[in-house]
Amino acid sequence: MSLGPAREPRRRSKRFEFIIEWVLFLSALLSIGTTIGIILVLTVETVAFLREVSIVEFLTGTEWTPLFSMPRFGVLPLVAGTTLVSLIAMAVALPMGLLSAIYLSEYASDGVRRVVKPVLELLAGVPTVVYGYFALLFVTPLLQRFLPALSGFNAVSPGIVMGIMILPLVSSLAEDAMRGVPRGLREGSYALGATKMQTSLRVVVPAAFSGITAAFILAVSRAIGETMIVAIAAGQQPRLTFDPTVPVETMTAYIVQISLGDTPQGTIEYRTIFAVGMLLFIGTFGLNVVSAWLRERFREEYA
Amino acid sequence: MSQTAPLARTGDPAARTVAWRRFADVAFQVIALVVLLVALGALGALIWDIVSDGAGRLSWDFVTSFPSRRASQAGIWPALVGSVFIILVTALLAVPVGVAAAIYLEEYGGRSLGARLIELNITNLAAVPSIIYGLLGLGLFVRMLGMGRSVLAGASTLALLVLPVVILSTREALRAVPGSLREGSYALGATKWQTIWYQVLPVATPGILTGLILALSRAIGETAPLIIAGAVTFATFAPDSIWSPFTVLPIQIFNWVSRPQVEFHANAAAGILVLVLLLLSMNAIAIWLRDRYTKKGAA
Repeated sequence: MSLGPAREPRRRSKRFEFIIEWVLFLSALLSIGTTIGIILVLTVETVAFLREVSIVEFLTGTEWTPLFSMPRFGVLPLVAGTTLVSLIAMAVALPMGLLSAIYLSEYASDGVRRVVKPVLELLAGVPTVVYGYFALLFVTPLLQRFLPALSGFNAVSPGIVMGIMILPLVSSLAEDAMRGVPRGLREGSYALGATKMQTSLRVVVPAAFSGITAAFILAVSRAIGETMIVAIAAGQQPRLTFDPTVPVETMTAYIVQISLGDTPQGTIEYRTIFAVGMLLFIGTFGLNVVSAWLRERFREEYA
Repeated sequence: MSQTAPLARTGDPAARTVAWRRFADVAFQVIALVVLLVALGALGALIWDIVSDGAGRLSWDFVTSFPSRRASQAGIWPALVGSVFIILVTALLAVPVGVAAAIYLEEYGGRSLGARLIELNITNLAAVPSIIYGLLGLGLFVRMLGMGRSVLAGASTLALLVLPVVILSTREALRAVPGSLREGSYALGATKWQTIWYQVLPVATPGILTGLILALSRAIGETAPLIIAGAVTFATFAPDSIWSPFTVLPIQIFNWVSRPQVEFHANAAAGILVLVLLLLSMNAIAIWLRDRYTKKGAA
């Protein structure tokens, strides 16, 4: 090249800068690739599954026996199991999470908050297989003392434990939402003679409503996708019931059950886990989008 | 203030209302406190249950032995080696890509449509259930790319799983670096990459490391994605290459919990204690790094 000696390195460094930016951009693009990969893998196997089983039978059938010699592919029992356990988890996590969020945001002193918040975060950091152990070998025997009819595998015990696991998520997101409410609203309420409780429940909570709802929805999505607690403590019997004392099977527990056996690729059993996974993905994705939208709206309200 | 001046006559309905409101206020606070205590009590019960079940089983033999059909002779060595191996490979795969992606989004991307789309996508990925990543790993790495049931397939799956967390925490660390540092570097004629490499990254490193360790300590407790993406549940050998079959601690624990015999449950509890020790030591390193960072920042 006929360029002067001083310009040569600058030119090279310009090219270098360009290459670096592209490498960084491609790394960021990998996350889009992950999403496309998930959708592609799930779609390919689900389409292959639906070629053998009609979508109507899959979505409305009430019997799930894919491993029997006369297999039935109605996913409703698995959906019912997932719904039942998630409802129990929510019945624990929502009121407890909201109350502790109100307490931490409106009542607690800084000292209390500094101690309690890390401990709650600890609850969120416990591996789920540990919660499964706790549900099966501590909570279920404990409940059986009061309910002798309770089966060793059931929906209520993993539901309660899952609720405890999700509680920190609800509590911290709801607290963030309530702390985002401007002080002026609280002061106005106190000026009118309201007590702290009245202010919390009638002013702060309604003002933070969309943020709190976003937290709840994210919690539901987490409950639906939770796997190990139910795989360990809820049993492996898909049945269409809302009785929390008998063994049930959730969508996630079914995927684990099949994966533990060595299922050959291309068989219908192998494809069922992707079809069930697709349903799970669509459900949680929808909830996550709604939650993100609500959070965005809340941010705009007080921006 | 939350209190109203006391009224003169206590028989007054207004005074009764005020007294009732004050009572309700205190009662509400008590209920909220009880709820918090129940949550903390659950954590206490969990710890007590596992320590009382597992502490007696914990020994050096337990750590260095191989699994066995006899509960009293079984150990966790292959699972422990598998967990450490998997996490190291996961870190090697996820950290460079995650940090690079975060640098792009924080320093280059700005408010362009592409960057915003990637950002939205990452937030969404962070909320996808981990079991779905397992299906992705099974379909993509184990089958399509032919990695089989190997350490590489498992670690690749976990790498995709932790990537959103790595990106989000790295971005936060980069955002904490003051803009004046970048401007000073530009003013001296440095290029964008020189500024990032020589000025921004050294300052952000402790923050980035803290986030990375927290992300990886979450990955070490993951069970479901690895069960689906091909870990074995009964390993009688420790993995020695990235193509070896493997198992990890949480899967070994799951295997023992699922057996009906009480002796195996004690093994599971002892395995949990080892897993928790591993987690706590990783978190301790993260806290140590954060402290070092804040002290330096204050000085």
